[in-house]
Amino acid sequence: MFNKEYEAMPVDKLKKLQYERLKWSLTHAYNNNPFYKKKFDAAGFHPDKFKSLADMKHVPFLYKQDMRDNYPFGLFAVPMSKVVRVHSSSGTTGNATVVGYTKNDVGVFAEVVARSLAAYGATENDVVQVAYGYGLFTGGLGLHYGAEKLGAMTVPISGGNTERQLMLIKDFGTTIMACTPSYMLNIADYIEKKRPDYNMRATRLRAGVLGAEPWSENMRKEIESRLGIEAFDIYGLSEVIGPGVSTECSEKSGLHVFEDHFYVEIIDPETGEILPEGEKGEIVYTSLTKEAFPTIRYRSKDITRLYRDSCKCGRTLIKMEKVTGRSDDMMIIRGVNVFPSQIESVLMEIEGTEPHYQIILDRKAALDDIEVKVEVNEKLFSDEVKVLNDLSKRIGDRMRSALGISAKITLVEPMTIPRSEGKAVRVIDKRKI
Amino acid sequence: MNVTQLSVFIENKPGHLQNVLKILGEKNINIVTLTIAETSDFGILRMIVNDPEGGVRALRESHVTCSTNDVLAVEIDDKPGSLYKAIDTFARRKLNIEYMYAFTEKRGDKAVMIFRFDDIDAAKKAMTEEGYSIVSKIDIMGA
Repeated sequence: MFNKEYEAMPVDKLKKLQYERLKWSLTHAYNNNPFYKKKFDAAGFHPDKFKSLADMKHVPFLYKQDMRDNYPFGLFAVPMSKVVRVHSSSGTTGNATVVGYTKNDVGVFAEVVARSLAAYGATENDVVQVAYGYGLFTGGLGLHYGAEKLGAMTVPISGGNTERQLMLIKDFGTTIMACTPSYMLNIADYIEKKRPDYNMRATRLRAGVLGAEPWSENMRKEIESRLGIEAFDIYGLSEVIGPGVSTECSEKSGLHVFEDHFYVEIIDPETGEILPEGEKGEIVYTSLTKEAFPTIRYRSKDITRLYRDSCKCGRTLIKMEKVTGRSDDMMIIRGVNVFPSQIESVLMEIEGTEPHYQIILDRKAALDDIEVKVEVNEKLFSDEVKVLNDLSKRIGDRMRSALGISAKITLVEPMTIPRSEGKAVRVIDKRKI
Repeated sequence: MNVTQLSVFIENKPGHLQNVLKILGEKNINIVTLTIAETSDFGILRMIVNDPEGGVRALRESHVTCSTNDVLAVEIDDKPGSLYKAIDTFARRKLNIEYMYAFTEKRGDKAVMIFRFDDIDAAKKAMTEEGYSIVSKIDIMGA
């Protein structure tokens, strides 16, 4: 454990710490940021009224739109001279969100990432290859500073250039790759197609620190079996701090939230009501220590549930389930709630199918129409039409029985679905247009 | 030895077949004969080429899904009724043809039928017993 004092703190002590820090954070936001002051006043809430954690329900939510409306620095709560770094979402004008960090904030960011890496068993003896994009995106610099803080040798290669990634894994003795899960699979594909001579199992690579997009247990199995590494989930969002809000430990069952820095709640996304521990809903974040950009009850849109178990790793921190969908990714197809990750699971069950797929929603004759495009790789391909038709039929049947939706399955050529070295575009919803 | 067929997955859209042919052309792969099986969404292009391994390499480099498999190539007379006779052999022995296509040889009096069977060995045995000559090297003929 990187910081046992906080990661293994008795729960009652932790809750007391959270209360004290929340009080500070709410007061800081209220006193130092006009937007928060206005918002709190309008909701009839004042930080002085915050007497216990139960009072959180009176604090108004922060939405992505609030961040856009206050572009670029309207949500900062320190003088600009105290801001040492900014990150930004990739949105275009009117869409972008900007987050800021003081020196202390950068320190907290590095700390939670270092803790995450340590949770997978990483030490200063490891070589961490950071293949997240460096730049305005929090992934690259976040992992970089965290790996350095841990004392590991950090390889700032950034994303893309798979041939070079493979070369450095081999030449530098990389033990841990940090990238998106889809890029990790991309690497497996690349080796299979272009470098059959490259044996990942003969390198020192032993783990992947994968995040920045939702991924399934099946995808974990595929990455682990194809590359001979362990795949761990690191979770975060730039609005809260970046990667390192929560992390899996060696148990790979749920992600520990670093509760000494982030307060989490699960709410019903429709009503905003706080749900009891253990129920599934939208996770809402409040920063406890951040100075430049206080995040107060941020509506993440990520769907998960929270629970406390006695984890074998020794951490007392609350766990969140692997995020498998977002409330705004949730598709309502003819009245059925479907997450892209469920479709991915079905595809993975069909032997040999990798999750290169795309969902296209349309409305025909007032009825929702769903098409799932699946790339045909060589494992699936046959010279016989009946075999390919049977494949489409099997996928369609499985989707009907597992998800209750009838989808048109279209087999498409490899590399025709935009696949990213960053995030994959899984759903195209033409119904909104 | 059987004849190797090269099969390629292509979407049923303008330009997709052309792309495959361009790749093969640039690598000097000569097509002896071909057939396309089509559905509304995709097609399967099956070809006999002079260098199937080279074809696979070239297509894979361009991320085109393809595969090779064995097909039975049988020489028959290029005259009325001879295909009927050949197929009759399979019918009598209850051997199901998955698909087939043909080309004529340059010298003119013979045609070569390409057959795809699930059980290629049984089909081969049948044709040999009936005195047909099995073609094992296409490249020296059509190419």
